[in-house]
Formats: sequence, structure tokens, C-alpha cells
Amino acid sequence: MDLIVESVSHSYGEVTALSDVSVTVRDGETLVLIGPSGCGKSTLLGIMGGVLAPSAGRILTRGRAPEGCLNPLTYVFQDFALLPWRTVEGNVMLALEHHPLSAAERRRRVAAVLDLTGLTDFASAFPKQLSGGMRQRVGIARAIVVRPAVLLLDEPLSALDAQTRELLMEEMIAIWTRERTTSVYVTHNLVEAIRLADRVLVLSRRPGRIKRMVEIGVPRPERAAPEHAAELARLHDELWSLIREEARLADREIQHA
Amino acid sequence: MPEPVPTRPQAAPPEGEARQRVLFRAGGFEPSAGRIAPWIAFAFILAGWQAASSSGILPALFMPSPAAVAAALWNQVTSGTLLMNIGYSVERIVWGWLIGSSLGLLLGFAMGMFSLARSVGLPIVSALFPVPKIALLPLLILWFGIGEPSKIAVIALGVFFPYIISTYTAVDGVPRNLIRMALSFGVPTGAIVRKIVLPGAMPGILAGFRITTSIALILLVAAEMIGARYGIGAFILAAGNLMQTDQLVAGVALLSILGLIIAFILGYLERWLLRWR
Ligand SMILES: Nc1ncnc2c1ncn2[C@@H]1O[C@H](COP(=O)(O)OP(=O)(O)OP(=O)(O)O)[C@@H](O)[C@H]1O
Ligand SMILES: [Mg+2]
Repeated sequence: MDLIVESVSHSYGEVTALSDVSVTVRDGETLVLIGPSGCGKSTLLGIMGGVLAPSAGRILTRGRAPEGCLNPLTYVFQDFALLPWRTVEGNVMLALEHHPLSAAERRRRVAAVLDLTGLTDFASAFPKQLSGGMRQRVGIARAIVVRPAVLLLDEPLSALDAQTRELLMEEMIAIWTRERTTSVYVTHNLVEAIRLADRVLVLSRRPGRIKRMVEIGVPRPERAAPEHAAELARLHDELWSLIREEARLADREIQHA
Repeated sequence: MPEPVPTRPQAAPPEGEARQRVLFRAGGFEPSAGRIAPWIAFAFILAGWQAASSSGILPALFMPSPAAVAAALWNQVTSGTLLMNIGYSVERIVWGWLIGSSLGLLLGFAMGMFSLARSVGLPIVSALFPVPKIALLPLLILWFGIGEPSKIAVIALGVFFPYIISTYTAVDGVPRNLIRMALSFGVPTGAIVRKIVLPGAMPGILAGFRITTSIALILLVAAEMIGARYGIGAFILAAGNLMQTDQLVAGVALLSILGLIIAFILGYLERWLLRWR
């Protein structure tokens, strides 16, 4: 399923966060959003998934959601957003409980994603007992249990330490590749962007506009290979040069919020 | 031979100098409650009290000895009046608290969730909350008569307002990000209230229990002292009028026990309902 953003603008009262953004997320691709702090990345992601009403413009989908999809546009949250009073299993189950599935089917689906994310042994643990990495695995499991058409991730790894981030990124790439998930991924981290993206959308500082769309030509599974290192380093520099001045100016702005 | 490169003057090598131990200095400020100490202290206080009474330092008219209090209590038990008085009091407090807290819970939830209820309710509640509800007892007696309903009503009223406020605050404090998460998964409104708002507000709701049960106990005794024939409050008042201090202190001890039982039940509820914390 494609997700089409059609000339979307958004303001919070006086503050214009986004200005005339149009982009199409293609079926099966991973689109990474980068841009300086406060440029409206989270705002755009919220609008894409229908949890924030844009001031202008609209969001459209094209094509059919995958077989068995229960919640086409599904989020993974930076702060995990787990219910502390539910176990790992209960948290994942929450996404299924209001859908007409048999109890056995629910349990089967939950068991399958817990297995996929390596959480089977933690099924009856409460969130407070888990490390940050494990908590985000629960967030990912809860998102993929509904077989989303488009996965929307807002800095899902930024609350984690560097090693955990690395591990989780590898796991996510494996899952993406297997499930061919379409996803939109917001990050500050250029390395993450280059590892995960098919295309990188660079936004300017507030009000966020599209500054450039950068294709990452190297197929994702081959990006670790040494013969692509030079090309990836060049892309990294290109992204950094696009972001650098914007980030410096954004950093020096007086905050209104 | 090359010239030695000039270097930064180094501190003298540590060998040869006397070594000094770094002492632990971060002790204290970590109080913990023991298990046996309180019982020993309790026993000491009782023993001291009894000794003071037996030796005549404490005149029995002002303060009866623990033994006399125990005897008075036992007398009440055997004559059956104890159970009757407790029965009246417990019935009033249970009904009053149940009515007040369930209505308070309902309105607190409404005010926590709906703009209309909040904008209408908040000023009204704020205006009525500070009124000591016992001041309304004469009015309630005019409405309901001197019997049980007026006493139950005053307890219910006293519980109702603080309960609205604590429930409202608790509901308002449920993390927005969890609600947004549920909305993004398409969870229906009723299920969000049941699965997210209610458990998220539970710590605040239970904290409200603690406050309102103690208010209920105060109002119970006050109402029973103003106009009741039976009940612990009436019993204490009657004992005072007859200068039966042993009975009086026995009544006070009963209130303490009643309060402890309530606290115990609440503690158990908290551990059970909030075991995820
Ligand atoms: N609820 C809100 N009310 C008012 N202003 C807001 C609100 N949410 C965001 N903003 C403002 O809108 C702008 C864009 O915010 P947004 O969170 O989308 O940026 P972002 O690119 O995700 O930033 P970050 O990189 O820090 O996550 C910011 O200047 C922010 O201060
Ligand atoms: Mg953001």
C-alpha cells in the first residue's frame, strides 16, 4: 500500500511546523525522515498516521493493505508507550483485543510475534522488569502483530544506549526484509538513516519543508560489504552537508513552545 | 646520546609516602522500619502506663489503667452492647462511604474525561469542598429525620467531595501518550476507559481511599455524638457524661482498631491492585 502526503501544512497556533509537504511512501520501501530538531518530523508522522489533523492538505492511501491487516497505519513510539500494568504478552494482546478474532487466533498471533522479536521468555514479565531494548522490542512486537500496511516509527531507538541500538537495528532490518514492511522512520541519526533507508527525506528547519530526497542506491542487505563503504560514506557526507547549516541555525533559535 | 626531552614536573612517586585510608562517609539518612521494635515499644508504653496507674500517679478518674480499659471492653463484649454499637457504626460508615465514593468516582471520572463536566463541575466542587460537612448535619436532619439516613448522608457528603477531586486528578494524570497509543491502534472509547484510564488512575484512586476513609471515621464519630443513641461515638459521649473513663478509653481504643482494620484492608488492596508497580 502506498501512502500519499498531499500538500500538507500544519501550524500549532502561531508556530508553523510544516509547510506544504508532498511525498509518496511507496509500497515496500523504508522512507527515513531527517531534519533539525523541531522541524516538524513528529508532526508529519502524526499527520501521516491520522492521529493529528493537518491544518491544510490531506493524506491518502493507494492499494490494498496486506492479508490479515488489522490496523493499516501503526506506530512504534520513542518512549515505547507500554502499559505498566500489563505483562509483555498483555501489552501485545492489547492491539488485538478489540478485533473479532478467536481467542486461539489471538494467542497464536501474539506467540508468533513474541518469537520473532525474541520475547518468548519474557512473555509474563512486566515492563518495569525489562531493559530499554526489551521494552522497545515489545513496542515493535505490538506494532507488527496487527500486520500493518505502513509502520510509522518516531525515533524508536533514541532512548536506547548505543549497543542496544545496534542490536535492535540489525533485528529490525531482518524483520523488514522478511516481512517486506513499508515504513516511515524518523531519526536524528545519520548512520541509522543510511543503514535503514531506501530513500531519505531531508526537511529544512522550521517551518519544515522538503529540502531534498536522497536515494540510497545500495541494497540494504549489502550495506555492510566493504565495496560499498565509499559510496555510503559519500551519502553520509551529502546528508550531513544538507543538515549541517540548518541544524546550526535551528540550534540558535529561541524556542516558542 | 640524545638530550632528555623536558617534561612536565611530575608529582613525587607515591611509594615511600604514608598511605591513608579513604573512610566511608555516606552513612545515615536511610531510615527503615523494623518489625519487632514497634511491639516492644508498645509493650513498654502499656507497662509504664499500668505501673503509673497502679502506683496511683495517674488518678483512675482521669486516665484508667490498661487493665481497667481491657476489663471495660470485656464487659461490653459479654453484655452484647459492644457488638451492637460497633454494628451501628460500621453500617453507617460502610453505607456512607460506599454511596459517597461511588458517586464521587463517577463524577470524578466524568470531570477527568469530558470538557463539559469539567468546566461545570470544577467550580462547584471547589466551592463546596472546603465546607466542613458536619455543618450540614442539622440541615440533613431536617431533610431525613434524626435516624440513620441523615448520618449516612453526612458521611457520604464528606467522602464525596474529596473523592471527586482525587479521582479527577488521577484521571487527568493518566499519561496522554498511552491514550494516544491506544487511539492509534483503534481501541474503542469504552475499552480505553476500562483498560487504560481506570488502571492508570488506580494509584490516585486508592490514595483517595486513604483520605476519605479517615474523613468518614471523623464524621461518623461527630454525627454519632450529635444525635445517636447507639454507635461508638454515642457510646464515648455517654461514658464521658457518666465519668466512666474506662468505658470512654475503651471506645477510643475501638476507633483505633477500626481505623487499623480499614488501613489493613486498603494496604492489601493496594498491594493486589498495584502489583505491577
Ligand atoms: N502540541 C504542540 N503545541 C505547540 N507547538 C508544538 C506542539 N508540538 C510541536 N510543536 C512545535 O512544532 C514544531 C515541530 O515539532 P515536532 O515535534 O514535529 O518537531 P520534530 O522535528 O519532531 O522535533 P524533534 O527532532 O525535537 O523530535 C516545534 O517547534 C515544536 O515546538
Ligand atoms: Mg520528534
